[in-house]
Amino acid sequence: MKVGVVTFPGSNCDEDALLAIREHLHLEAVPLWHKDHDLQGVDVVILPGGFSYGDYLRAGAIARFAPIMQEIAAHARRGGPVIGICNGFQIACEAGLLPGGLLRNDHLQFRSMAVTLRVESTATVFTRETSKGALLTMPIAHGDGRYSADEATLDRLEGEGQVVFRYVDAAGHPTVAANPNGSLRNIAGVANATGAVVGIMPHPERALDPLLGSTDGLVLFRSLLALTKA
Amino acid sequence: MTARSTPSSASSEARPRPGDPTITPALVAEHGLTMDEYGRLERMLERTPTFTELGIISALWSEHCSYKHSRPVLKTLPTQAPWVLQGPGENAGVISIGDGLAIAFKIESHNHPSAVEPYQGAATGVGGILRDVFTMGARPIAMLNSLRFGSLETPRVRYLVAGVVKGIGDYGNCVGIPTVAGDVMFDAAYEGNPLVNAMCVGLLREEELIRAKAEGVGNSIIAVGARTGRDGIHGASFASEDLSEENEAKRPRVQVGDPFTEKLLLEASLELIRSGPIVAIQDMGAAGLTSSSAEMAERGDVGVTIDTTKVPVRETGMTPYEILLSESQERMLVVAKRGHEAEVQAILAKWDLVAEVIGEVIAEPVYRVTEGDRVVAEFPGTRLVTDCPQYHPEARESEEAIARRTRDVSAITPRAEEADPAWTLERLLQSPTIASKHWIHRQYDSTVRTGTVSGPGAGDAAVIRIRGTNKAIAVKTDCNGRYVYLDPRVGGRIAVAEAARNVACSGATPRAITNCLNFGNPKKPEVFFQFREAVYGMGDACRALETPVTGGNVSLYNENPQGAVYPTPTIGMVGVLDDAAHATRMTFTTPGDTIVFLGENTDELGGSEYLSWIHGVVAGAPPHCDLDRERALIGTILEAIRAGQVRSAHDCSEGGLAVAIAESCMGDRANPTGASIDLTAWRNLSPRALLFGEAQGRIVVSTAQPAAVLAIAKRHGVPAQVIGTVTTAPQGLTLTTAQGTTSITIDRLSSAYHEALPRAMARAAAETVNETAGGTR
Repeated sequence: MKVGVVTFPGSNCDEDALLAIREHLHLEAVPLWHKDHDLQGVDVVILPGGFSYGDYLRAGAIARFAPIMQEIAAHARRGGPVIGICNGFQIACEAGLLPGGLLRNDHLQFRSMAVTLRVESTATVFTRETSKGALLTMPIAHGDGRYSADEATLDRLEGEGQVVFRYVDAAGHPTVAANPNGSLRNIAGVANATGAVVGIMPHPERALDPLLGSTDGLVLFRSLLALTKA
Repeated sequence: MTARSTPSSASSEARPRPGDPTITPALVAEHGLTMDEYGRLERMLERTPTFTELGIISALWSEHCSYKHSRPVLKTLPTQAPWVLQGPGENAGVISIGDGLAIAFKIESHNHPSAVEPYQGAATGVGGILRDVFTMGARPIAMLNSLRFGSLETPRVRYLVAGVVKGIGDYGNCVGIPTVAGDVMFDAAYEGNPLVNAMCVGLLREEELIRAKAEGVGNSIIAVGARTGRDGIHGASFASEDLSEENEAKRPRVQVGDPFTEKLLLEASLELIRSGPIVAIQDMGAAGLTSSSAEMAERGDVGVTIDTTKVPVRETGMTPYEILLSESQERMLVVAKRGHEAEVQAILAKWDLVAEVIGEVIAEPVYRVTEGDRVVAEFPGTRLVTDCPQYHPEARESEEAIARRTRDVSAITPRAEEADPAWTLERLLQSPTIASKHWIHRQYDSTVRTGTVSGPGAGDAAVIRIRGTNKAIAVKTDCNGRYVYLDPRVGGRIAVAEAARNVACSGATPRAITNCLNFGNPKKPEVFFQFREAVYGMGDACRALETPVTGGNVSLYNENPQGAVYPTPTIGMVGVLDDAAHATRMTFTTPGDTIVFLGENTDELGGSEYLSWIHGVVAGAPPHCDLDRERALIGTILEAIRAGQVRSAHDCSEGGLAVAIAESCMGDRANPTGASIDLTAWRNLSPRALLFGEAQGRIVVSTAQPAAVLAIAKRHGVPAQVIGTVTTAPQGLTLTTAQGTTSITIDRLSSAYHEALPRAMARAAAETVNETAGGTR
């Protein structure tokens, strides 16, 4: 299996994602350049974190127009796996690959901290190796992470199992205090209807090494490996 | 004015430009030059300078660029060690960490801009220091910042804190460099003059080290990155004068940062350096194109010629004067190998940035600026920067400092509530200087780049692993300006010693420092005395601890009509861990562990946070700093950590022993412990000196093998003894002194420590509307 990581101007977690795939999954990982139209035959696309085009307008609003995004949209239409992390989640929403959008944190500040996530759905390429209700700890680092959609959409997502992660407290409860940005229904990650496209605000690629405090991100990347077996 | 000028046919052809103002004494004064300095300029040129030349010299001879008051004193600092690859004089210092790898690092101030426009002032400070590091060929891997503010009781100060923190965060977060450590202190002395010092640390392979030295006659000088606008003109001169009521009018001198362009520039610059078409690269920082070109020429001992009409601009009608002195951000000056200009342009184009050839390296020893064919400035020689005036100002200690230092602070009567030391401890933990800085840290991305082993607030220093090796580095900034004010020589020593101790407590061997010297107006004998003595003190400690100075920045004139800031020589220390697994944090981990105290308690209350926060008194001699003992202490803690015998290590600093123990219990709010402490061995000390005095050279260690730690200490000649046991959080903190026992719940300590800053800043959110233009993320 081959994984591609897109570099937009302003991406800053692209190298972290490449290294994560190479060092912890021992898979081939290649950078994909935003100006290209070539996916280099990758099986999985990662839209990494950062501040694409500075995010001076609305996070991800410009990146969706990058040439490479046409190919990624086509890849997703074919059922190809795409994972958007942080800015990548914002871009995926702006590009219409995922429902809803990410707005400015309700307290208007950037938030960098460890959060606890509860896995809400295992029916995605990113969570199939985990279990429903599992608690995962990993860092967040964002200013625009407030997940939003209209009530009908939210109800539909809940009903279809497209809500993938929720911010919870240490006991696993989605409390107001455990919500770091004001996301509706404490939503930290969602999937598209097929479960092949997943967006997540926290950073699983920063939670792979015991030296850095958490290895809870591993299970998400290991779920990708199941693709090769499938 | 022109009395000394001579016919210029023998020297140069620079002529006044139509529309330029006439040189008058008033204009010279406006440019911050004395009449003596102006005379020196006329003699150098052998004629009357043009307006453009006056502007250039005004920038180059500002304190910020020329170090004209500070250089002779700075020369006394030690700069050599076998591991130092690049000492002072370059964009950043560089040390080897083995395996062919090196660390580039530098600290710089952005005090004046931040006082006027906190958001942009702080943001552009981060941008500037990032460029200083990546122009050495290093990829930035960590940011730190050292901040000083007035009392948080003042709305203006809360506004400054909120703006500075957001500015630092927005810039570093966007570029994607983790902000991992720093230090923040509050004191009325910084009320009108906040200090914003930013430090950047980068990693490079030794062979990729590049210097900012113009070489090779015929090589092209290329302006790279953002276009030049009218922002920040005379920023360097602005930073070299006192602040006054007219500061608000100087807002246009503050530049505007664009971290997105910086990120592109970072990637493009590293690609340029690694692919080889260039021989030198330098940030266009303070004094912009002027200082970058003059400094590169001087380092290479070559001449340069620059045509301002070739410089990419973002506004029309800019004069050579404006183009030369603009401090528009995110620009670099590059010297490219002749014939390789197109390669440079191709790399920049890949990153959607511009690169234009604006000049050439020439054999003729001259610094020449043209506007098309017209010469608008021309200076003979290649030593435009160092041929500046040098001053040896008078130094005399202020009567007030002497009076404060010699005051008998033991005569200060304790407040009635102090009968219970738990009251004092809880109160001290609420002092913003001591309290948790989590409110600040959580606005900085500290985990990007997946290298942060120990982030902000976790240990005494931050620890960053070095990928592809087992190694890590530890980094920290420190300086207690109150000590320096009370006794500059001792305070200078302590600043270095404390930074070294912090790095050692994290498991790293202290290796080298960068420094940011924040002082008042050096023309005042009292200020120059502080400066000279503090630098001497730093030198003492750097020599004793083998941590040479690799560079830094001098920020003078940090004063306003109410007076100068505390003299604050901020130290940025870098240490190396051969094994990242030795990274050690400050918090107790395991109930049942033994708490060992390294060092000696003394009867020293002078200069303490206790006196300042509880009694409103800044007086007494700062604690004694015995550098031999510090070295032995550092040897002890490092040996114990490497032997795997240390679970946590935390040095005693502001607030003393009791605060250090309390922080070790609940510094990690989510994982608190308790502790039972017995200090009856020091029955001859008053409880307040014992618990809250700030004696140097002390570390609180938790360990499962106390005998082994005590044996190591003994071998190093460091006093050490068991003072207690780590307990569970519900058991609270129990402190026993010869005068009795006091207990306090961990919840009380934790709320005092963790909620002080959020509570104070919640008031800021309520009272000020964020008026910054850049606050969009």
